Amino acid sequence: MSENKPLVAVNNIEVIYDHVILVLRGVSLEVPEGGIVALLGANGAGKTTTLKAVSKLLQSERGEVTKGQIEFKGQDTKSLVPNQMVSRGLIQVMEGRHCFEHLSIEENLLTGAYTNKGGRQKIRDQLELVYSYFPGLKERRSSLAGYISGGEQQMTAIGRALMATPSLILLDEPSMGLAPQLVEEIFEIVKRLNTEEGVSFLLAEQNVTMALRYADYGYILENGRVVMDGEAATLADNEDVKEFYLGLGGGERRSYRDVKHYRRRKRWLA
Amino acid sequence: MDVVFFFEVLISGMLSGVMYSLVALGFVLIYKASGVFNFAQGAMVLLAALTFVRFLEMGLPIWLALSLTLLVMVVLAVLIEKLVLSHLVNQPLIILFMATIGLNFFLEGLAQGVWDSQVHGLDLGIEDVPLAAVEEVTGMFISVFDVVAAVIAGSLVLVLSIVFHKTKVGRALRAVSDDHQAAMSVGIPLDRLWAIVWAIAGVVALVAGALWGQRLGVQFSLSIIALKALPVLILGGFNSILGAIVAGLLIGSGEKLAEVFLGPYVGGGIEAFFPYVLAMLILFIRPEGLFGDKIIERV
Repeated sequence: MSENKPLVAVNNIEVIYDHVILVLRGVSLEVPEGGIVALLGANGAGKTTTLKAVSKLLQSERGEVTKGQIEFKGQDTKSLVPNQMVSRGLIQVMEGRHCFEHLSIEENLLTGAYTNKGGRQKIRDQLELVYSYFPGLKERRSSLAGYISGGEQQMTAIGRALMATPSLILLDEPSMGLAPQLVEEIFEIVKRLNTEEGVSFLLAEQNVTMALRYADYGYILENGRVVMDGEAATLADNEDVKEFYLGLGGGERRSYRDVKHYRRRKRWLA
Repeated sequence: MDVVFFFEVLISGMLSGVMYSLVALGFVLIYKASGVFNFAQGAMVLLAALTFVRFLEMGLPIWLALSLTLLVMVVLAVLIEKLVLSHLVNQPLIILFMATIGLNFFLEGLAQGVWDSQVHGLDLGIEDVPLAAVEEVTGMFISVFDVVAAVIAGSLVLVLSIVFHKTKVGRALRAVSDDHQAAMSVGIPLDRLWAIVWAIAGVVALVAGALWGQRLGVQFSLSIIALKALPVLILGGFNSILGAIVAGLLIGSGEKLAEVFLGPYVGGGIEAFFPYVLAMLILFIRPEGLFGDKIIERV
C-alpha cells in the first residue's frame, strides 16, 4: 500500500480531553489515495477520538492533540478548523447519524453542499449523483429526517457528506443500530463509491467481520494504542483477531494467561 | 354591541400586537439559529434605541444616526460571538442560556454607562394621529403610527422568512439549531453564521427599539418589554417567524378585547396578565406553539 502517497498520515498523536484525560497515546496510521481503511476496536478504544482528531471536530469537545501531527494531502492540519477540512475534501459522518431532524431529506443533503463552490448546476448534478446511489432517498426527499428509519438516516448522512465532493470520508460506526441486511447494503454502497467515484474511506467499526470484508487495510486499537495493523485479509486470518474480534474460537478453552500476545510494532520508531 | 367600536378595538389591538411581534422576532431568530432563548434580547433593544437616540441628540441626520447604530449592533454581534459564544460550542443549551443572562446584565449596564439612564424623547417623524381616510369612511380611529409599524413588521417577517427557507445561509442556520456539531461536521462555519444571526437580531432590536422608543420614550423600561414578547413566543412557537407575527396579532387583539369587553365584569386591569393566561393554555394543548417545529421523539 505504499506505492501511493498517503492521503492522510497520522503520526504518533496523543489526545487529551479536558487537559487531564489521556485518550490516545501514540496513534499512527495512514490512508492511501483510493483506499478503504478500517479502524477496529472495542468501545472506548479511541476510534471516534481518532476520527475527530483528523476531522478537527475534537476542538468543540474540549479535546486537544497534544503531540504528533496529522497531515492531509501532504499538508499539516494543525491550524485548520472543521469547515476548512471539508472544503479541502475531508468530511466526517458522525456516529449515530446526526441528521438534521427538522429538515427534509433533500435539505439535509443540500446542507452538505455548503462548502461546495461549484454553483447551482454543479450542486444539482451532485444531488442527482447521490440519489443514484440512494434511490430510496429520492422517493422520500421531502420527508423530515426526524421521521425516517435508521437505515435511511444513515444513508442521508452519507449522502450529505458526498454533497461536499470529498476525497476522503471518515465514517464512524455506520452499522450502529442497523439490521444486518441494511449494514451489508450500506457497506456495498461504500465499496461502490470507492471504486466508481474514487472516494477514500477511513472507517471506524465494531463490526469487525463486516469491516474486514470490505476494507483493504486495518488497524486495531486498544486503550488508545494501535496494537496491530495489516492487510485486511492478513488480519482476518490472524489467530488473535479471530478469537477476540471475530468470535471464532479455536475450539478448546484456553487460559487467559496464554492469550493477548500481540507483537506491538511501534511503526513511528521505525 | 357597537360594531364600529368592536372593530376599532380589534384592529388597534392587532396593531399594537405587531409591536410585540417585533420584539419577539429577535428572540425567534436566535432561537432558530442556535436553539437557545436569548435572554439578552431586551437589553439589545435598549442598547439599540439608546444608541440611536443619543446619536440623534448629537445633531446627526437621521440616516447617519441609523447607519451608525446599525454598525454598532453588527460590531456588537461579532464581539458577542468571538468573546462569548465561540467558547460555548457544543455545550448543553442551558449553559448558552445562562451566558445570555449574563450578557443581559452586561449590556444593560453598558448601554446606561456609555450613554445615560435618563428618559429620552424620540421622534421618528411618524405621526401618532388617527388615519384620516379610515376615520372618514368608517368612523374608526386607527393610528398612522400603528399602521406604519405594522407595515415595517410585516416586511421584516416576509424578508426573514425568505432568508430562512429559501437561501443557503437560512438552511444552514436551521441545521445549526438542530445539531451544532453535525452542522460543523458538514462544513458549516458556526462562528460566521452566529455572528450573522446576532447581527440580524441586533437590527431587529433596533427597529423594535426605535418604534417602542417613540411610543414610550427611550428609557430603561424598554428592556422590560421583552417580557411582553414572551406570551407571543409561546403562542407562536419559539422557532417560527410566521408564528411571531400571527401570535402578536392574536395576543394584541386578545388582550384589548378582553380588557374592553371582559374587564368591566372582573374589575378591569386584565390586559396586563391576559396574554400570559393565553400562553399557559397553549402550553397545555400544544407545547411547541401554533407554528413551532414539531418536537420529534424517537422511541
